[in-house]
Amino acid sequence: MRAETILNAALLAMLVAVALWAWTADEPFIITLVTKVAIFAIAGIGLNLALGLGGLVSLGHAAFFGIGGYAMGILASHAQSYTPLMEWPLLVEGTKSMPVIWLVAILAGALTALVIGALSLRTTGVYFIMITLAFGQMFYYFAISWPAYGGEDGLPIYVRNGFPGLNTLDPIQYFALCFAVMCAVLLLVARIAASPFGLALSGARQNPQRVQAVGLVPYRLFLVAFTISGAITALSGALYADLNRFVSPTMFSWQTSGEIMIFVILGGVGRLFGPVAGAALFIALEHVLGGLSEFWHIYLGALLLVVVLFARGGLIGLVAGREVAHD
Amino acid sequence: MTEPILSVHNICKSFGALKASNDVSLDLREGEIHALIGPNGAGKSTLIQQIAGGLRPDSGTIRFNGADITRESTVARARRGLGRTFQISSLAMDMSVLQNAMLGALGRRGDALRFFTPVMKDSALLDVAHDALAQVGLEDFAAARTAELSHGQRRQLEVAVALTLSPRAFLMDEPMAGLGTEGSHRLMGFLDTLRQRAPILLVEHDMDAVFSLADRISVLVYGEVIATGAGPEIRVDPLVRSAYLGEEAEA
Repeated sequence: MRAETILNAALLAMLVAVALWAWTADEPFIITLVTKVAIFAIAGIGLNLALGLGGLVSLGHAAFFGIGGYAMGILASHAQSYTPLMEWPLLVEGTKSMPVIWLVAILAGALTALVIGALSLRTTGVYFIMITLAFGQMFYYFAISWPAYGGEDGLPIYVRNGFPGLNTLDPIQYFALCFAVMCAVLLLVARIAASPFGLALSGARQNPQRVQAVGLVPYRLFLVAFTISGAITALSGALYADLNRFVSPTMFSWQTSGEIMIFVILGGVGRLFGPVAGAALFIALEHVLGGLSEFWHIYLGALLLVVVLFARGGLIGLVAGREVAHD
Repeated sequence: MTEPILSVHNICKSFGALKASNDVSLDLREGEIHALIGPNGAGKSTLIQQIAGGLRPDSGTIRFNGADITRESTVARARRGLGRTFQISSLAMDMSVLQNAMLGALGRRGDALRFFTPVMKDSALLDVAHDALAQVGLEDFAAARTAELSHGQRRQLEVAVALTLSPRAFLMDEPMAGLGTEGSHRLMGFLDTLRQRAPILLVEHDMDAVFSLADRISVLVYGEVIATGAGPEIRVDPLVRSAYLGEEAEA
């Protein structure tokens, strides 16, 4: 077995082990932390599809994260106040059902990513970074100034939304749900990476000229990747909002975009499990260093510098070595 | 006589005051290797780019396989069957050799928007890719990372990727560059047989290769075609001798 496969399995096992230990030791806060890792990992896996496979450095993925969050917030707030979302031309009511909320989040995220991508992908390099950042900030300021759903104060949801057959308020059950979603997303992205689309996208990242010469349009490939990427990150936003039972404009902030990117870079750009490793490391550092000093971001920054300068493959690359060309 | 597969008609392209292509016409017929030679800066690359679709001519037309492609994109031309190899190897360096060939086969089939079938298990694509690699003699390197190939092997892979497209015509920009004597000879032998399948418009600096391979040669100087003809005619053409071949002899 390849070292990376073993490492990936170990990562999953570690998450489950920590959650189970915390459950038996009655440490719900630790379970919440591990749940956070799984949710952040999903956001990172979404970004990694665009960034790692497609080479699209998006600093606007908070837009999709926030849209997922607000999809949950808006639907759930209407359900808890028994006011319909709209009555005309057809009656749409809020919902407390996670599967429905997820679907709405995924669709809204995909649609937003399609529009943002269609405009942003006309640029490349630093301009692409800036334009995605600008779109993210547009959503941020819109959320702040939109009073209907809490504006700057955010929007609390009193009871966590439901999933058929589970008691989602039980931390270990909600962890299991998020962990299962993360595994499903990992599986999906692994399939995409190994598909004809994955090959073409990877080719377009490495050499757009080559892809054109064989008759494929890089712009189209990038746009599809960006759309799927946005949809996945939106799903993680919905889960995150449900974890906190609270949505706020912070989900849209550029710091959030930066953090999602940090998960990917820490763990290993373009590595399937990179965001899982990155999110786990990030949360662990936040928990451990955050307990020592309020200014733990200084240490995070130093670590990020070390990774960027000396370990381009991130945590996964450090342990498993360089990616092999596999067939 | 049938219409040439590729015909360039009175192409002009200027960059400011510089006429990179000045009323250039040439054609490529079935079964031939048509070499394009000329000193550095003569406008060969500009012309190739206009034929491949990277640059749009200021005036003139380009017809390919019976259709006017002057305003078509690079991708549209590739889809029509214009197989191109680049002057500087243009490959996905982090992929395996086989994956690069698969990319070509995938482009040929044109269904890159499939998300769930494993591409490296697609036997139809694999057959095309392996076949192309075998033809250029790279089958033993199929699993190697492209970045680890030698310069010459990368050139061979360029040709293999073009082959996977089963093109109607090849556009080859200095395929022998940096190949060394042995590599050049191998590739020459291969191109010699390839012309039967699809004609080749060949830009090349290696004069031995050009004169031994090409059915016809066009000489480009300062953006103009000063002569077109078979090798022996070109050799004795006084214009060519003074403008180009003479310089080589002096140097």
